[in-house]
Amino acid sequence: MNRRIRILIAKPGLDGHDRGAKIVARALSEAGMEVIYTGLHQTPERVVSAAVQESVDGIGLSILSGAHMTLIPKVLKLLKDKNSDDIFVFAGGIIPANDILKLKEMGVAEIFTPGAETTDIIDFVHRTVAREIRQ
Amino acid sequence: MIGKEQMGLLKQTQDTWEADVEKRGVKERKEQFFTRSKIPVKRVYTPLDLEEAGFDYLKDLNFPGEYPYTRGIEPGMYRENLWLIGQYGGFGSPEETNRRFKYLLSKGITAFTLALDLPTQMGYGSDEPMAEGEVGKTGVAVNSLRDMEIIFGDIPLDSVRLIGTLANAIGPMALSWFMALAEQQKVPPTAFIGFLQNDILKEYVARGAYFLPVPSGLKLSIDVLEHCARNFPNWLPLMVCGYHFRDAGGTAMQELAFTVADALAYIEEMIKRGFRPDDFVHQFQFHFSAHLDLFEESAKFRAFRRIWARVMSERYGSRDPKTLKAKIHLYTAGSTLTAQQPMNNIVRITVAALSAILGGVQFPYLSSMDESFQTPSEEAAQLAIRTQQILAHEVGITDTVDPLGGSYYVEALTNRLEEGVWEYLKKIDSMGGAVKAIEQGFYQSEIAAASYQLQREIERKERIVVGVNEFKVKEEIKLTPLKYDPDAEQKVVARLQSFRKERNNPAVGRALDEVRRAAEANQNVVPSVFEAVKLYATVGEISQVMRDVYGEYVAGKTYF
Amino acid sequence: MFNFPCARWVPRALLRRNATRSNYTVALRDRGAEEQNDEVSGRQEVALVLAERILQGEIRAAARLMRDIDDGFKSAVEELKLLYPHTGNASIIGITGPSGAGKSTLVDQLTALYRRHEKKVGIVAVDPSSTFTGGAILGDRIRMNRHAEDAGVFIRSMATRGNLGGVSRATGDVVNVLDAMGTDVIIIETVGVGQDEIDIARMAHTTVVVMVPGLGDDIQAIKAGILEIGDVFVVNKADRDDADHTVHELTARLEMDPDKDRAWQPKVLKTVASRNIGIEELLGEIEEHGAYLHRSGMIRHLFEEKNARIFLELLKERLFAEVFGHLEVNGRFREIMEEMANRRKDPYSAVEEILAQRFGPLSGGSASESNPPVGARLGEEK
Repeated sequence: MNRRIRILIAKPGLDGHDRGAKIVARALSEAGMEVIYTGLHQTPERVVSAAVQESVDGIGLSILSGAHMTLIPKVLKLLKDKNSDDIFVFAGGIIPANDILKLKEMGVAEIFTPGAETTDIIDFVHRTVAREIRQ
Repeated sequence: MIGKEQMGLLKQTQDTWEADVEKRGVKERKEQFFTRSKIPVKRVYTPLDLEEAGFDYLKDLNFPGEYPYTRGIEPGMYRENLWLIGQYGGFGSPEETNRRFKYLLSKGITAFTLALDLPTQMGYGSDEPMAEGEVGKTGVAVNSLRDMEIIFGDIPLDSVRLIGTLANAIGPMALSWFMALAEQQKVPPTAFIGFLQNDILKEYVARGAYFLPVPSGLKLSIDVLEHCARNFPNWLPLMVCGYHFRDAGGTAMQELAFTVADALAYIEEMIKRGFRPDDFVHQFQFHFSAHLDLFEESAKFRAFRRIWARVMSERYGSRDPKTLKAKIHLYTAGSTLTAQQPMNNIVRITVAALSAILGGVQFPYLSSMDESFQTPSEEAAQLAIRTQQILAHEVGITDTVDPLGGSYYVEALTNRLEEGVWEYLKKIDSMGGAVKAIEQGFYQSEIAAASYQLQREIERKERIVVGVNEFKVKEEIKLTPLKYDPDAEQKVVARLQSFRKERNNPAVGRALDEVRRAAEANQNVVPSVFEAVKLYATVGEISQVMRDVYGEYVAGKTYF
Repeated sequence: MFNFPCARWVPRALLRRNATRSNYTVALRDRGAEEQNDEVSGRQEVALVLAERILQGEIRAAARLMRDIDDGFKSAVEELKLLYPHTGNASIIGITGPSGAGKSTLVDQLTALYRRHEKKVGIVAVDPSSTFTGGAILGDRIRMNRHAEDAGVFIRSMATRGNLGGVSRATGDVVNVLDAMGTDVIIIETVGVGQDEIDIARMAHTTVVVMVPGLGDDIQAIKAGILEIGDVFVVNKADRDDADHTVHELTARLEMDPDKDRAWQPKVLKTVASRNIGIEELLGEIEEHGAYLHRSGMIRHLFEEKNARIFLELLKERLFAEVFGHLEVNGRFREIMEEMANRRKDPYSAVEEILAQRFGPLSGGSASESNPPVGARLGEEK
């Protein structure tokens, strides 16, 4: 009676570099998870709507354009507005250390920068889902 | 070259030698060695490898400046002219970009590529919802000709030899900016080379800066080509890109093959409009990445020149050297850089640039060492220029043409890459060409497979990335952060909105109607877009007309 | 351990045993304390809360229930019981056809059109699970996600989770949730990997089979099953040169249908979904088929068939689960296996003995002889 983990992988904003997002999507699926992929050029509103409709455990956001300080807080806020902030948010991309601190304070569960290994991301998801269930 | 008898002797000797080496029982570091693109690498290469491939010096290499241009497109190459030292730049507001541009000019650049932010590249105004957070981020926001006037304030277009931008989905608008600026500054279009990337096909595969459906996106690119072929024969309105396929995780072979296939698709479209290849192919440039596998990369550039010359001569019967010579534009691969121990990137960039110069490219652009985590700082940008200058003046690689020519290994790699490209081309032809192959997801699935394999190799440490999966240190990344105005986006938006009130709006409306008419009538849109641009119609407004007429692209099946 | 094949119904005995391994009491991600309890006592209350929220149209509650259904949670059944009276109002459309036919794009455009007609739309898009890892990449949203912000559209991606037939085992119940929420039109998009995706026809009122030109000569190879289930046929990407050829072939194949005198004659339509061409005609034909179902009374027949099938399937599953659960837990299953291995017991007698123990002496002789439907046999027992 274990939950099958469901994760939404999204690329919010206009950045079209999806190499990392696709690798993560594939790696998570090969770790036995169901990964919903929404494609490029998503607004935060669409990302959050999709996450709620799909009742995912977590949302992975990939942003390489530098718009992370606008887009990620917006996703967090919309989740809260929709009473869905039990869905955890993690992010990947080119995100400077200062911004990582700020985003984590806002509630982002983890941020993976270039060079992160998919095994670390898989472990992170497993750990976070386990913690959510205990709570 | 070597006679049959000598070959026999060589073969015997090599067999004995290989057997002796094996007998020593020394284990090699790996079971099997591969290039970065998965070409098997042998212990040693000899004339036998060339012999097996039916190598013919005059047919396969010949002299520099001679068909098939393997050794270079000019007879003297860097002995006559060093490459143009170019830089990619632009961020934040037009004013900041103007300052950066002047700074780079003072450092001796001879070419400049204006970086645009993503909303501009995708036809959104800075004040549209989709643009939020993206304004001025990967480049400068250019809403209208007014912004271009600021960016090029006190900078005549002919102060560098080559000037342009990477517009791909908005080719007609970007072309119109340079035409209008030249008109304003009274600089004749022959006094400088205007260039655009304008390669929309690769956007649907790798970079995602598109907004129209594939056939309409292609039409706009071709409109630009046609306009330049008729009016600006010295400009370079198309840069067919392989770089993005590679940076998306593809192999060197895919990089070359998909570039050739895309170029052929553009040529076919121009032929449909009544042109012959010799009328316009000299206006093409090719844009590749320089990766870290030094010899494979040099071989890649050499192979590409040979493939291109052969394709143009065999498919179109061209005998015009201008058509047959491939001008290679290059950027050192951003995906090779690491955020960990970023100083190491200086070495990576140098090696990548070395491979490009040994490979005889025309326009090398170097990444900045801090590129994998921020927009390049001034210090890093200067270092990228200095690296090129050191390679040009201090290390002797520019003193003879094609110094790697004749290396058994490099020639074997060159042959192998060429072979692989022909195989790919055959497959793409059988699918009905590049557009069909892209629509069916062929490039995408090939690249995704290579990309995932590479990631697995890194994670299994079959491939070492220094500082990432080996030789790690505990570190805090300390770099000079780029100082830019945090309110830039707000300022750009505010200015755009007040600016809209100042211009002659009825005239703008009429000009946009003309654009719509041209688009609906399937005419070349450049003349009408040029008129609208001169009246300060914005990129967002003109793009909206295109969206209304052609619809929007929705991505097809995605491959993982 | 014996790998139990039922996702939806897990024998109580198995659950009880799992309870000792800590993951029986399933923690729900909703943090409401009362919802964390899967014990019988708390269940009714939970169900009321979730089902009520769903009936009030709360997306989040519906999505959560869909997940419980998909994960085979017992509590989901209680919710479904409460929702059942509110179902039966939606039009259910199945979209099937080979991979690459443009099904998602077609669904996207149909949805846009239904929205212009002010219909509430639910979409269930099914993608395959990996047989090796159980994971899946669900990518159908890529082409539909522009509707994500529209409160009148609910999109749910599902993985097959080992089920063949183009949909997953839980799809029918997920459709019921959408139905109960007051969704007007529910579109089910099947996997499309060349399986015999005929399950969709049993679930949908109108089944649309999507084909595409240039898949080679495979119109010839199309399995008869696919032709039989189609109420509407679509040749998508009809701007390709060979589209008319495909239409012609398909029409010819349909005319060879031995049942072609049936009251509903499927038409072959042309669309170019990526350019929004032919969508109005397709929607018209789907509505025409819906009208036919009501006019002819076929809709009642469809429901009867569907209800009987659902009932019998559930009954089979439950019976099996009840009986087998005990066998596994008390070790009898292993004993029987051993007895069969050394030929001391034949499987026929073994089954008869077990059933007799469970339900009393069987009336109709050997089960293996007559083999009546399970439901019928149970009827005899009563």
